[in-house]
Amino acid sequence: MSPIQHYEKKAVVLNRLGLHARPATRFAQTAANFQSQIWLAKNGKEVDGKSILEILTIASPSGTELTVKAEGPDAREAVEALCQLINSRFGELD
Amino acid sequence: MKIYRGTEASPGIAIGPAFVLDMQKIEAVKRRIAPSEIPEEQERFRNAVESVEMELARLIDELPPELKEHDSMLRSHIMILKDKMLYDATLTNIQERLINAEWAMKKALSNIKKVFSSIKDSYIRERYQDIRQVAQKVFTVLAGSSSLRDLGNLEKPVIVVARDLTPADTIRMSTEKVMALVTELGSRTSHTAILARSIGIPAVVGVDNITEHILTEDPIIVDGFKGRILVSPEEQTIETYRRKQKKYLKYRIEVIHQSNLPAETRDGYRLKIKANIELLEEIPTVIRHGAEGIGLFRTEYLFLAQKKLLTEEQLFQAYKTVAERIHPYPVTIRTLDIGGDKFLSHLSKHNEQNPALGLRAIRLCLQETELFRNQLRAILRASAFGEVNIIFPLISGKAEIVQVKEFLEQLKDELRSQGIPYNENIRIGIMIEVPTTIMIADILAKEVDFFSIGTNDLIQYSLAIDRGNDAVNHLYEPLHPGILRMIASVTEDAHNSGIEVAMCGEMAGEPLYIPFLLGIGLDELSMNVQAIPKIKRMVRESYREECVRFARNILELTSVPEIQEAAAEFFRQNYRDEIAILDQEEVNEPQL
Repeated sequence: MSPIQHYEKKAVVLNRLGLHARPATRFAQTAANFQSQIWLAKNGKEVDGKSILEILTIASPSGTELTVKAEGPDAREAVEALCQLINSRFGELD
Repeated sequence: MKIYRGTEASPGIAIGPAFVLDMQKIEAVKRRIAPSEIPEEQERFRNAVESVEMELARLIDELPPELKEHDSMLRSHIMILKDKMLYDATLTNIQERLINAEWAMKKALSNIKKVFSSIKDSYIRERYQDIRQVAQKVFTVLAGSSSLRDLGNLEKPVIVVARDLTPADTIRMSTEKVMALVTELGSRTSHTAILARSIGIPAVVGVDNITEHILTEDPIIVDGFKGRILVSPEEQTIETYRRKQKKYLKYRIEVIHQSNLPAETRDGYRLKIKANIELLEEIPTVIRHGAEGIGLFRTEYLFLAQKKLLTEEQLFQAYKTVAERIHPYPVTIRTLDIGGDKFLSHLSKHNEQNPALGLRAIRLCLQETELFRNQLRAILRASAFGEVNIIFPLISGKAEIVQVKEFLEQLKDELRSQGIPYNENIRIGIMIEVPTTIMIADILAKEVDFFSIGTNDLIQYSLAIDRGNDAVNHLYEPLHPGILRMIASVTEDAHNSGIEVAMCGEMAGEPLYIPFLLGIGLDELSMNVQAIPKIKRMVRESYREECVRFARNILELTSVPEIQEAAAEFFRQNYRDEIAILDQEEVNEPQL
């Protein structure tokens, strides 16, 4: 078991509709694959990165800067994977 | 006062406040729970969520490629279902606030609503509708598994008014608090009617839209003789009905008093009168009403109460209890007689268009051998503790019986080699329900020890009438000449082959049909417990020879009205006491 890590990284929402239902679902689904606890922060407000509903509550339109934070044995991998997801516009074509 | 009409389904008069179960609007029923109920309530919630999740997953699997768009929506619904704001919050609410699952989820939902309504982005704010939709699915499942729409927690005696009542609704009903049942759907042979008669309370079914006309707490009168519901009756009407109620009660007490006398005609013909039961709790009533055994133990309730498969041991304990408590009389246990969708989750995806003709009863058992094995082993083991017979439902031909018997022999061998006691000579019988069995009764009689005619299904299949369908159930007619001939024919064929014939359908407990059944020489009638004293008394007032002549006579008649007239006439001439109760004083009704 790896030691507990803290890790965080910023990413900007690029897709046109922002972090709406489908991207939020993919974010939470991806987050759920990791053991670490994961948070998503916007303007100092933090929500659980594994909860689709909490993610939706921080309503993040296109251009919003988000911070992805993680704490746990796979914190670094988790944050990298999630930032990659945001940067890739959640695989959406717009 | 307003009067609504339906079908009289169980006799008696009830006067009291209504309790309306509204199934259309599925609402969160709020109930406080005891700390000891927390695990059970949380489990109920988890199961409901799991079942919705499985349903959604199945929808995703079945989506055609062109509907890919919906795939992501369904996936987000699954995520919402398990989201901590809904899922964890509900579990916490149950535990900390000591409230039932519905209420706990409603609280979680209103919190989510509050959070979402403050979101500026209108698109995201609207997502609350998805959340509500998902929650609604869970509410629906919870309502299905709920102990109330909770008939188990009634505070005072009430008259239950509902669109329909299923076994799941009534399984935990506190019967001492229910004065009568009233439903919009159903017929004389539906679950509500059978249940009401077995616990001895009045019932009226098939009352159109009654749940829209009555509010909980409205004072109502249920007339189970005439099939009427009187809403907000005047004092004078209430008094008239109280007199009726007393008169009927007096009659019932008298009849029960004589219930231990044998069912023997004036000219010495002896008939066995037994009880149909579904619950172990009915056994004391069975004995008190003078039954000479249990002619039909329906085992579906044991399963439906649990909504899951029971172990062999659980079944054995239940069957052993019945066998021991009814001893020295026998009990005939019917193997499972429902479709698997009721409790086998992997079968629920078979959406049968025509369940009455589908995978149910013996067909299901022969396919789900593990289920069948548990039940048969339990019955065999119970046969060491009393006189136990087995009866198989929905048999359609010889090959099926042979297959069932082989399986039974195999299980006997197993028990023998394990040194577990059972009755090697346990008697087996089949239900006569599928019309073709009557055409080949001589062949089938060689394979089994007895027949039992299940008239409800036999009539439904023979006349091609769905008795749960209000549009056609008036065509359901036991006195159809075809039905009478079938019953006479199967009885004769069985007797020629040297086996006994019982009847365990509703027809066996109806006074009007008794002379015919006596006349053609059925060996046993098994009926709802409440009917036993009355039917025994009728048998004691009868002359077998007259009934034989009467049966021969109506078998010659060619149409339903002729037969009805002849049966009513014979009844009027020979059973004066019975008429007294049917001919109750009329209540003056205002014109509507």
